[in-house]
Amino acid sequence: MSPRLSAPNPQLNELGKIKHFLTLEGLKNHHLTEILDTAESFINPNTNEIKKVPILRGKTIMNLFFEPSTRTRTTFEIAENRLSADVASLDIATSATKKGESLLDTLWNLQAMQADMFVIRHAESGAAHFFAQHVAPHVHVLNAGDGQHAHPTQAMLDMFTIRKHKGDVFDLKVAIVGDVLHSRVVRSQIQALSILEAREIRVIGPKTLMPTHPEAMGVHYYDNIEAGLDDVDVIIMVRLQNERMSSALIPSEKEFFKLYGLTEKRLALAKPDAIVMHPGPINRGVEIESAVADGPQSVILQQVTYGIAVRMAVMAIIMSNAAQLAQHKSEQASLELEIDSELESKLDVTQKPTRSEEA
Amino acid sequence: MRLAINNARVIDPTQNLDEITNLYMSRGRIAGIGSEAPEGFNADQEMDATGKWILPGLIDLQARLGEPGNNYAGSIASETKAAVAGGITSVCCPPDTAPVNDSQAVTELIQRRARQAATAFVMPIGALTQGLEGERLSGMFSLKQAGCVALSQANQPIQNAMTMKNALEYAVGQDLVVMLRCEDQQLKNKGVAHSGPVSSRLGLPANPVSSETSALARDLILVEEAGIRAHFSQLSTARAIEMIADAKKRGLPVTCDVAIHQLHLSEMDVLGFNSLFHVSPPLRSMQDKQALQMGLKNGTIDAVVSDHIPLEKDDKLLPFGESKAGISGLETLLPLLLKLVNEYGLDLMTAVRSVTQGPAKVLGLNIGHLEVGSSADFCIIDPEAAWTLESENMVSEGKNSPFIGWEFIGQVEQTYFQGRPVYRNNQI
Amino acid sequence: MTELNIDANQLLNTICEKLQSRPIMQKDPKMVGIRTGGAWVAQKLHEQLNMESPLGILDISFYRDDFSKTGLNPTVKPSDIPWEIDDQHIILVDDVLFTGRTVRAALNEIFDFGRPASVTLVTLIDRKGCRELPFQVNVTGMEIECHKTIKVSGPDPLLVSLVEHSEEQA
Repeated sequence: MSPRLSAPNPQLNELGKIKHFLTLEGLKNHHLTEILDTAESFINPNTNEIKKVPILRGKTIMNLFFEPSTRTRTTFEIAENRLSADVASLDIATSATKKGESLLDTLWNLQAMQADMFVIRHAESGAAHFFAQHVAPHVHVLNAGDGQHAHPTQAMLDMFTIRKHKGDVFDLKVAIVGDVLHSRVVRSQIQALSILEAREIRVIGPKTLMPTHPEAMGVHYYDNIEAGLDDVDVIIMVRLQNERMSSALIPSEKEFFKLYGLTEKRLALAKPDAIVMHPGPINRGVEIESAVADGPQSVILQQVTYGIAVRMAVMAIIMSNAAQLAQHKSEQASLELEIDSELESKLDVTQKPTRSEEA
Repeated sequence: MRLAINNARVIDPTQNLDEITNLYMSRGRIAGIGSEAPEGFNADQEMDATGKWILPGLIDLQARLGEPGNNYAGSIASETKAAVAGGITSVCCPPDTAPVNDSQAVTELIQRRARQAATAFVMPIGALTQGLEGERLSGMFSLKQAGCVALSQANQPIQNAMTMKNALEYAVGQDLVVMLRCEDQQLKNKGVAHSGPVSSRLGLPANPVSSETSALARDLILVEEAGIRAHFSQLSTARAIEMIADAKKRGLPVTCDVAIHQLHLSEMDVLGFNSLFHVSPPLRSMQDKQALQMGLKNGTIDAVVSDHIPLEKDDKLLPFGESKAGISGLETLLPLLLKLVNEYGLDLMTAVRSVTQGPAKVLGLNIGHLEVGSSADFCIIDPEAAWTLESENMVSEGKNSPFIGWEFIGQVEQTYFQGRPVYRNNQI
Repeated sequence: MTELNIDANQLLNTICEKLQSRPIMQKDPKMVGIRTGGAWVAQKLHEQLNMESPLGILDISFYRDDFSKTGLNPTVKPSDIPWEIDDQHIILVDDVLFTGRTVRAALNEIFDFGRPASVTLVTLIDRKGCRELPFQVNVTGMEIECHKTIKVSGPDPLLVSLVEHSEEQA
């Protein structure tokens, strides 16, 4: 495995529980498992429905999308509504910051409107960390995608999907095919798989679409898809964006499909019960053949439903941790008060300057 | 005023001097160094500097002084004050002011402001091309006449090889050193962090080593063809240092410098997305850092600079990639150098040379030393003083330093410029 | 502190007798047990009364009124109501009626599913005098005083024991 690069973790509160959800890096197995288990609890096993629950009633959640995305924003809005929170969504491209208000001023103005949580999507890597550093102590930040760095809720829903169909992520061989270099989803998926102890994580694609140091991320690089898919349990296809052709990173979609497209023939190289995933939207005939996308091993459509439950779980856990921390603090405070008053009463007996002693 | 400073450890690389002795100053000039006062010298004032060091006022080859224009925080007045607080008495300011220093008028403006501030010697660097745009040559002769000590493109290296060739050939005739930053903008590809394991992991746009080395390769060839004295500024990679060493071996008249922060920090410091570590060129790998330290030790690197960039608070209060690159570094140039001496085994004379004799040679100027008759520009150091850098105590208008909170041993106590005390540390 | 086992079967029998004499049983009622203790009790009652419609299970973790103090319950599972709530006569079953907060949560959740025609509350034990909210039980197996605590374990066998404290709890 790769050498561990340690980084400070601003995501956890004093009790080691999640306060901001910025990246999966630095979280432990139990943090992720708690999210998956909680997501499970929102879904009715017989009907697959997600019922509305009142736990975040009275809380205000603001969706700040500096990078537009109707799909992701809608999913978050639905999840927030299912938790009975009050929701406000801001499409920042058209609002204040374009008029020259600084990023932090925008944030602080919104915070003054009693926001409890910000769900933020931004084009710069590290943006969520930046916001988390500057919010008030009682406000929480959830990263809905920052630059090429992380998209942790998406990765969690992918883990949920794997768990649903494979029982557990532990010990699985997972292949990720496509543009890894530019993908924040893949970076988060790799972290999730590694924390949940997948046996092996492979990245497959042309070198121009791979990060320069895959081993630092704990993955094995394969430039040959046939070799890369051999005996894997899970195949995750990643979307190829048009900009990659125009930036001279790959010649054409046709060539990409020839070299790396997931066909039935290539799928057969994986384990017979391997599942095929894709965060969507899929490019048929570019990343994946229709026969595979619509085939029995594909779980692509289910991924969407799970997305709501997983996002509900993350938000519920963050607010739950905050409540427990507040409770813990008030218990500590009253304990200290007790000790103080005990000490005071002891002091009363031993010494007390009398008025007559003052000259 | 006639001042005698007694019993100090006087260190002057130009004179190969490292002795405990006395320094005598008269009418703004060095009158003598030795155990006895020069003939006819009667001190008005005597100072006991037992346990202290005296160094020539440092020369910083690259520091932005905030004006003209609003690109940076501060002014020539405030930033020269910051310089002398760091023991620096001569500063080169690059041409990326607003307006760009590509004309006599701007050069004279800078010098006038510097004279008004009367705090340190400001040496303007003129632009190689008009507006720094890399297309039309600037009036290099006029710039030299006005007082520019060198020519450069600041952080906007000429991308077009033909234009670069012409600029160098024209500059040869002016007998001014050309200072070159090596960066191929296309390979840099808007990268904000070193292309390595950290940028891979954090998804930060990557700036590969080749953006520096391929540009350096091109420039070395063009420099050789033009036969010009060239100085390569703020190198950051191990490979670049190798290439400079090779070029020197082959007898090319080239020199180079590195920014002091590149000798202490690496890509690992970027892990928390702290925009105070956003610099250009980016903080590179540990191996690069070690190669830079080695290059300084063995003389391949001729000078160390602060690469001072004073910024407004808002310029750093942004996500990493959106923030402006740069460190407010005048006040930490010497302390960080001393840290290399104390903790990394760098020889003290080499360290001092890199900010005195070294840069003086690069510029071809007779400064940065304490020879008799030279301007009394020097700083008095308390080598034992332990202190912590705090933003409240920083003199520069730019407080953007990742070294805030760092502990240092060795502090500037006083700085003299042209025989006048221009800085006194109130904390000692 | 002393523990006293109570015959659960006796309680169940008592409840079944009382229920059968109620007109609600002729209206095709639907039974819902509140997880976890109430679900065990409801399981037994459902069997004993030979009810036709399947048993519903309600998990009230998300409806508790103390989320801002204690956060999420780690053992929460989704509720499972296999029929429509609208216009139904619901028999709501729990193990113990104490402060009434659990019943409040259960009713809120039921009403989020739909509008029942009526709700009849059945508990194994009624801890009288401990109410913090104005609820009453319609059918109970046994009443005890407030300061006694009940321990229920299950599902098989269903065991109920009484814990008597020597002094009144504040």
